[in-house]
Amino acid sequence: MNGFGYLRPGSVQEAAEAYAAHPGARYLAGGTNLVDLMKLGVERPALLIDIGRLPLDALEELPDGSLRVGATVRNSDLAADPRVRDRWPALSQALLSGASAQLRNAATTGGNLLQRTRCPYFQDVDKPCNKREPGTGCAARAGVHRDHAVLGHSEQCIATHPSDMAVALAALDARVELYGTEGTRSMPVADFHRLPGEHPDRDTWIRPGELITGVLLPAATARVPSAYRKARDRASYAFALASVAVALRVTDGIVDQVGIAFGGLAHRPWRARHTELALLGGPAGPDAFEGAVALELAHAEPLRDNAYKVSLARNLALDVLNRLAPAPAPA
Amino acid sequence: MTGTTTGTALGAPAERREGRQKVTGAARYAAEYALPGRTHAWPVPAAVARGRITAVDTSAALALPGVLAVLTHTDAPRLAEPEDGTLAVLQGPAVPHRGWCAALAVAETPEQARAAARAVRVTYDTAPHDAELTEDHPAGYEPEQAGGQPGRAEYGDPVAAFAGAEVRVDVTYRIPPLHNHAMEPHATTAQWDGDRLTLYTSTQGGTTVRSVLARLFRLPEEDVTVVAEHVGGGFGSKGTPRSDVVLAAMAARHTGRPVTLAHPRRSLPTVVGHRAPTVQRLRLGAHPDGRLTALLHEVTTHTSRVKEYVEHAAGVSRVMYATPNLLSSHHVVPLDVPTPSWMRAPGHASGMYALESAVDELAHALGMDPVELRLRNEPEREPVSGRPFSSRHVVECLREGARRFGWAGRDPSPGVRREGPLLIGTGVAAATYPAMVSPSTASAEARPDGTFVVRVNAADIGTGARTVLAQIAADALGVPLDRVRTEVGHTDLPPAPMAADSSGTASWGWAVHEACTRLAAHPEEGPTVRADTTGKADADSPYARHAFGAHFAEAAVDTVTGEIRVRRLLGIFAAGRILNARTAHSQFTGAMIMGLGMALTESSTLDPAFGDFPEADLASYHVPVHADIPDIEADWIDEHDTHLNPMGSKGIGEIGIVGTAAALGNAVHHATGIRFRELPLTPDRILAGLLSERRR
Repeated sequence: MNGFGYLRPGSVQEAAEAYAAHPGARYLAGGTNLVDLMKLGVERPALLIDIGRLPLDALEELPDGSLRVGATVRNSDLAADPRVRDRWPALSQALLSGASAQLRNAATTGGNLLQRTRCPYFQDVDKPCNKREPGTGCAARAGVHRDHAVLGHSEQCIATHPSDMAVALAALDARVELYGTEGTRSMPVADFHRLPGEHPDRDTWIRPGELITGVLLPAATARVPSAYRKARDRASYAFALASVAVALRVTDGIVDQVGIAFGGLAHRPWRARHTELALLGGPAGPDAFEGAVALELAHAEPLRDNAYKVSLARNLALDVLNRLAPAPAPA
Repeated sequence: MTGTTTGTALGAPAERREGRQKVTGAARYAAEYALPGRTHAWPVPAAVARGRITAVDTSAALALPGVLAVLTHTDAPRLAEPEDGTLAVLQGPAVPHRGWCAALAVAETPEQARAAARAVRVTYDTAPHDAELTEDHPAGYEPEQAGGQPGRAEYGDPVAAFAGAEVRVDVTYRIPPLHNHAMEPHATTAQWDGDRLTLYTSTQGGTTVRSVLARLFRLPEEDVTVVAEHVGGGFGSKGTPRSDVVLAAMAARHTGRPVTLAHPRRSLPTVVGHRAPTVQRLRLGAHPDGRLTALLHEVTTHTSRVKEYVEHAAGVSRVMYATPNLLSSHHVVPLDVPTPSWMRAPGHASGMYALESAVDELAHALGMDPVELRLRNEPEREPVSGRPFSSRHVVECLREGARRFGWAGRDPSPGVRREGPLLIGTGVAAATYPAMVSPSTASAEARPDGTFVVRVNAADIGTGARTVLAQIAADALGVPLDRVRTEVGHTDLPPAPMAADSSGTASWGWAVHEACTRLAAHPEEGPTVRADTTGKADADSPYARHAFGAHFAEAAVDTVTGEIRVRRLLGIFAAGRILNARTAHSQFTGAMIMGLGMALTESSTLDPAFGDFPEADLASYHVPVHADIPDIEADWIDEHDTHLNPMGSKGIGEIGIVGTAAALGNAVHHATGIRFRELPLTPDRILAGLLSERRR
C-alpha cells in the first residue's frame, strides 16, 4: 500500500480536530473493510486516525430504558450482550449472520455502519465505477449485477449496502450519534445512508470529519418481538442476497407497533414505510401482511439478472411477519 | 502381487507425518524462504482484454521508496520459446487476455512492490475482444485431442438410433467457469548463484518445473534446483509451472537478488487457470426396459488465444455405459479469455455432472429406479476401446451405497416430501476416474542403525504422500513403519512425475516398492538401491483401468428462500487397494466437499465486457464453509486388482468430486420436481424455478 500517516488521538475531540486538519484522513477502528480497500487501492488515505483505543467501547443502559452502544463495541460483543439478545433480538441475529467469527471479533459498531459496498467493480480500480471515481460510469449496470439493488438505485449506481447490522438497527428505530467540530447530533440509522442519486460516491449523510460515537437503541423498541432473516449463497460468510429485520407488536389482533427494513435490496437499509403504514392499526394476519409487503415491493425496479430479489424479499418478510405475529385466538 | 509384501503398514490409518509441523506453523512454504537480501515482486495485470502494449511508464513506480526495478517486455530476460504459451511472460507487447502480466515491480517489501505495481502506467492499443461462449460460435472447431484422447469417438449410428428410440431424453447442461483457489497461492522464491538457479516453489511436480525452467533459461537441468517441501494445495492448477516461477526467476536475474513472488489472490483467477465452462448436450435413447440404444454426449467449451485446452467432458461417456450407438465429441471456441487448465478431475467432474443428471432424467422418463437403470447398462468391456476392465465394481458401489443410505423403498415421486417450508429429496450418481500411472525413479537406503531412507522427488500437496510412501516402503522392506523416513520435494532426489491425474502414489509408490523389494531381497546391492519403472509403468496395458464409485445425497430445499441445505452425503468407492485409511478418507471427503461446492455455491462469471472474472476473492467466490457441510461419509469396498501396480492401488485424489454434483442435482429434482440444468444451484435460480412451477 501507499505510505500513510498514523495517529492515535487521546480523545474524541482530538480525533475530530486531527481529521479536520488533514485532508484525506480516515478513521480506523477494526479495519476489516478499510484495510482491505487500502490494499486494493480503492482507499488511499493520507492519514489513519486510530480511534480503536478511545473510550467508545461501552454498552451503557440509560435511565429511560434505552441502550447506548459505543462506536467501537465489537460486533461479537454486541451480538452476545444479554440485554441485546433479550430486548432487541433482531440485532443480535443480524450481527451473527454477518461475516465470520474472526471478522466479528474485530469489526466495530461504527465501522459496520460505514463499510463500503462489495460491488466487484467498485473494488477493481481498473474498471469504471461512479462510486469510486465519479464520472467514470457504472460497469455493473450492464455487467454482473445479480447481487445488486432493486430499489432506489440510480443511473449512476446500483450498489447495495452490505451490512446486516444496519438493517436491524433501521427496523428497531436506532439512532446514530455523531460528534463533529461543530457539535454533536444524532439521526435515525434508517436515514443515515443515502440513496446513490447523482452522488454515489457519498454513502451516508455524515459530514466531513464527523465521528460516530455510538448508536442508541431506543426503549420504545425494547422487548418488541423482533427477528432477522437473511438468504445467502452459502450457509455462512456470505453477504445477503436479501434480508429482512422486523419488529412487530400485535395487541388483540391489531398491529400497534411495527418496523420493517430490508437488506441487500438497496444502497441503504430499506425501511419499508409503505408496508408499515398499511399495517399499523390494522389486523395482523397473512393476508394483511401479504398486501402490505406487496405495496412496498411494487416500487422495485429490478435489473436484467436480479428480479429474484423481489420474490425473495417478499418471502422473507412474510415468513418473519407470520412468525412474529401471535397465533389468532381460537374461535 | 500384493501377496509378496510382508508388513502390515500398508492400509493402516497412519497419521500424516508433517501434520504437527503444519499445524504449528513450522512447515515452510515457498514464499517463506526469507533468503538473505530477499526482495519481492508484484505483477501489473493487463487492464484490457485484447491489444498491444504501446508504452510502459515506470518513472512514478521507480521513484517510490524501496523499489528496485520494474521489468517490462522491452527489458525482461529473453526466454527460449516455451511449449506452454502462458509462460512466455514479458516477451512481447501482445496482450492475449485481461490479467496477463504487463509488467513486474520488484521492491524490498511486498507492500512496496504492490505500491510500485500500481504506480506503473501502461498504455494500450486496444483491439475489440470476444469473451462470450456460445454454442454456435463461428470460431468453434472440433479439436483433434481432448484430455489426451481423440476429441471425437463414435460408433454405430447414434443419430438414427436416437431418433428411433422408444424413450428419449434430450437435455443440455451448463457449468460456469470454476476456480481451484488452493489455500496457498502460486508462489516462488528464486535465487541465482552465477548461472545456477534455485527455486522454492509451490508445485505439484518439481521435476517438471526443473526441466521447463532449464529450457526457458537455456540452462543444463543440473543447474536448476527446485525445492517444494510443503505445498498448500493445487487441485491441478500447480501441475505444471505457472508464471510465478518464470517471473520470480526473471526478476532475480534482473536484480541480482533473491526474489519472492506470491500471486495475489485477485490475480489467481486470470493467471493460473480455471475449469473451463461447458455446455453439454446429452441425448439418451433407450428401450422401455432401460437398456440404452443411443448415447450422444456433445460438449462445447472455450479456450484462450494463448493455447488450446479442451475440457474433455465427453470422455466419461466412453467408459460408463453399454450402448450400441455412441457419440462423444468436443467443440472448442478460442476466445479472448484467461487460459483454462486442470481443475480436480478435469473433464470427468464436468462430464459426469451432465451424464449422471441425464441418466437420472432417463430413469424418471422410464419410471425406473435410477440405481436399477445403471445396473441394466453395465458394460462387459470398455465401450469404445473394447478392452476388458482390470476391475470394475461400480455395481457393488451402487448396491453398498444404496444399502447404507437406506435407498430401498424410496418413493420416486418428485416434489412430495414436505417438512414445513422445506422440500426433501434424495439422489444418486455414479463416479469414475482413470487409474493412471507414469514411470518414476526412487531410491532406498539401508542405514547402519537399522533404519531406511526412501528418496523420491514426489510432491506432497497436502495429500499425505510422505506418509503413504513410507508405508509402501515399510511393507516392501518388511519393517515397522517408524523405521522408514521419506524424503520428497527436492530435485536432488530421484526424478519423479507430478502429483496429478490421481497418479502420484501409484507412480512414485511403484518405484519405491521396487527399490525396497530389491533392497530387502538383495541387501548386498545396498546400502542404496535405485529403481526406475520406465518400461513397466508406461507399458501398454491390455486392460481398461479406472476407479469407480457412487454418491448418494439428501438435500432440503427451502421454498421461502430457495436455499439448499445438504443433509447427507455418502460416497462409496472402488479404487483398488486403499493404502492409508486415514488420508484416503480425507481425500474422498475433501473431494466430495469440492463437489458440493461445484453443485451449490462455486461459480465464476466471465464478464463479457471486460474478459475476466468479477469473483476475484474468497468473499465472492463461494467455496463451501463448515456450515455447508452436512453429515458426510466416505467409504470403500475392498478391490483386488493385479493389473495396476505392485500395490494394487488406484488413484483417489479426484474420484470423490466426480458425480457429487449430479447426485445433489438429482436430489434437488427429487425434492422439487424441477430440473435445474445450470450450476451452481444458487437461491436465485431455485426460487425462480419454484415460482414458475407454481404458476403453471
